[in-house]
Amino acid sequence: MHPYTGVMTRVDTPEHVAYFDHAATTQVHPSAIEAMMRVYSTTFGNPSGGHPAARVARRAIDEARDLVASIVGCAPREVVFTSGGTEADNLAILGRVSGGRSGSGAGSAVVTVATEHHAVLHPVEHLGGVIVGVLPTGEVDLDALAAACGTATQLVSVMLANNEVGTINDLDSVRRTLKKCAPKASLHTDAVQAAAWLDLREAARSADLISLSAHKFGGPKGVGVLVARSGHDPHAQMLGGGQERELRSGTQNVAGIVGLAEAFRITDSSREVVNASVSALRDRLADGLLAALDGIVETVPRNLKLPGSCHICIDGVEGESLLFLLERAGIYASAASSCASGAMEPSHVLAAMGVPRQRAQGALRLTLGVTTTDADVDHALSVIPAVINRLRGH
Amino acid sequence: MRSVSSRPSSIGCEATNPVSYTVSMQVLMAMSGGVDSSVAAALLLDEGHDVVGVTMKLWGGESDTGCCSVSDVDDARRVAQQLGIDHFVFNFTDEFNEHVVGPYVDAHAHGITPNPCIECNRHLKFDRLMERADQLGFDAVATGHHARIVSAADGSLAIGRGGDSAKDQSYVLNMLTPSQLAKIMLPVGGYQKPELRALGEARGLRTASKPDSQDVCFITSSTGRETFLGSRIPLRSGRIVDTDGVELGTVPAIELVNIGMRKGLDVGGGPRRFALDVDVENQVVTVGTLDQLMTHETPLSAVQRHHALDADGVVLVQVSAHGVPESATLWEEADGVVWLRWASPHRKVAPGQSVVMYDPTNTYVTAAAIAR
Repeated sequence: MHPYTGVMTRVDTPEHVAYFDHAATTQVHPSAIEAMMRVYSTTFGNPSGGHPAARVARRAIDEARDLVASIVGCAPREVVFTSGGTEADNLAILGRVSGGRSGSGAGSAVVTVATEHHAVLHPVEHLGGVIVGVLPTGEVDLDALAAACGTATQLVSVMLANNEVGTINDLDSVRRTLKKCAPKASLHTDAVQAAAWLDLREAARSADLISLSAHKFGGPKGVGVLVARSGHDPHAQMLGGGQERELRSGTQNVAGIVGLAEAFRITDSSREVVNASVSALRDRLADGLLAALDGIVETVPRNLKLPGSCHICIDGVEGESLLFLLERAGIYASAASSCASGAMEPSHVLAAMGVPRQRAQGALRLTLGVTTTDADVDHALSVIPAVINRLRGH
Repeated sequence: MRSVSSRPSSIGCEATNPVSYTVSMQVLMAMSGGVDSSVAAALLLDEGHDVVGVTMKLWGGESDTGCCSVSDVDDARRVAQQLGIDHFVFNFTDEFNEHVVGPYVDAHAHGITPNPCIECNRHLKFDRLMERADQLGFDAVATGHHARIVSAADGSLAIGRGGDSAKDQSYVLNMLTPSQLAKIMLPVGGYQKPELRALGEARGLRTASKPDSQDVCFITSSTGRETFLGSRIPLRSGRIVDTDGVELGTVPAIELVNIGMRKGLDVGGGPRRFALDVDVENQVVTVGTLDQLMTHETPLSAVQRHHALDADGVVLVQVSAHGVPESATLWEEADGVVWLRWASPHRKVAPGQSVVMYDPTNTYVTAAAIAR
């Protein structure tokens, strides 16, 4: 059992609670909490100031920046701390694209993919950009991408791994496509989901701009990173004191940044071991569900997706009912993304992949993480088939 | 299962439900984010029931308030948190579009008067939600409606008038059958509205002084019905004629005219004029005097007979949400067509309007139908 389980407590908590929603967020790693507490208790200075209190805070940020740069495989000056993944995506897209539709030359000024997170889709839609489709596996359709791009294309955004179904995109082949059809375009990748699992030094080496979010890999919420490689700086979207190389004004969240770096360090150093153990747990979970039930399919082949992703579509059940009963039985999972009211919305990701709406209603996203245990998988395998059979009326 | 004490009677209301629950039930409480359903949830907890709150997301578009907006969901969730119960949001927007918004637009396009709140109760709250509740293992669905569940003369359950006659919602719950009522709880049905606000205030519920929702929840006050319909169906002008066929003027949108309507039809002076007939296809509104609007008989369709009528078939009939009930006799022709014969002449009922029949004591709904 991982040392930091046991945070979830409810008055009427079922005997065993298994958290299968690591794609939504992760538990903050104890050593990240410790690092943040150290900041809060010893360093209150403003990192932009000029006295020793400020310099201590400044140093904490500088060290965090070095650490992040070494894990991403970029120069420290290319690391811009933000308030999270959404801000990083917005800064990259809104800050790199000028002129919207009115750019000269062929192709759309900004192009992205239908399965992206809304933090990418909405800014691109705001700019009047083009959204291209995906293959049934969820991988970007490179032919469609090439067709949408041209010499006028300033930015292409392709996520490294999908938040719902876990599909990984090969950014090297995206880059090769762009070299031919959109030589001037910057390539942005939303690596928010991928960062916990993939070595970005390789997986994101082709990207010019990379978005990260701390809370997806054991860091705190409300802090993220935009990596902007040299020559691909965005225009600032928040104007003010000129922090973060004038790309992102506002006093830095010092403790959050330190927590992000510490969580990222631990994630990177334990990646191989964790990936091996989590993918074994995932395989046991998926195999167990497939063996126990008829009428369920894995949405994406395992060799194309993240180790922690177990996304299935279950015939003859509704996601809302399924999640309700799973919650009551101590399985915390999700289906698609949630809207502001908390209602479940039909998945735009599954729709883009061509999954029929009827089947998509029975979508279940189980995402495992570093804290997932054998007992969690045992619990899921004992609960989920029974709940599905009940909903199907057997 | 715990045994449950009877409802506190400190404010002197009789129990809302003749079914006495001696054990704690698993209740799915429909919470709209208004004061009625907030207090209803609290009352169920007082009675010892195991309560889970749910807000139905019904409408994806713009909304002032009512059943659909994010701020109402926020209010429902905050009340649930305060009461210490779980709160969920169920997305029924597809079903709402299919059963409420679509038919609403379609009815207008065909000159029929729609009842969106009734269709929402019929298809969403007491069909879809009850089915979902059953599937999830709940014993009952509760709502904050102002109506009571009572025993009819035949001994079966009936939907009865609410304790607050000004707020009575039995009309919009007319479709509930005795077997459905056995799985429904209406905890605030016996209370006066001010009492509910006081109860909400005493508990510090944030919804205690929230204004009542008004009108159709999916139509905003700023855009209105005309804009809503105009973006979905073509609105066409209509000719206004009198009963002799003499042209009197025009209306801008024939689809917005209902039988019995006066607004916009008083053309050319003379006595007050009402719409007597609306011919959407030929774009003609026939107008006439109040006398000409009166009728002795109203044909019905979709008749639901919940309870046996008295031998003479006399019922008290209400044709709008807060209309005055009037005496009539229900009878069926040999060809199966059902009619209402009014005791004294009654205004024509617009086709599509719900016709709700109460027992002669005006206590509970005994039958329901749609005007033809």
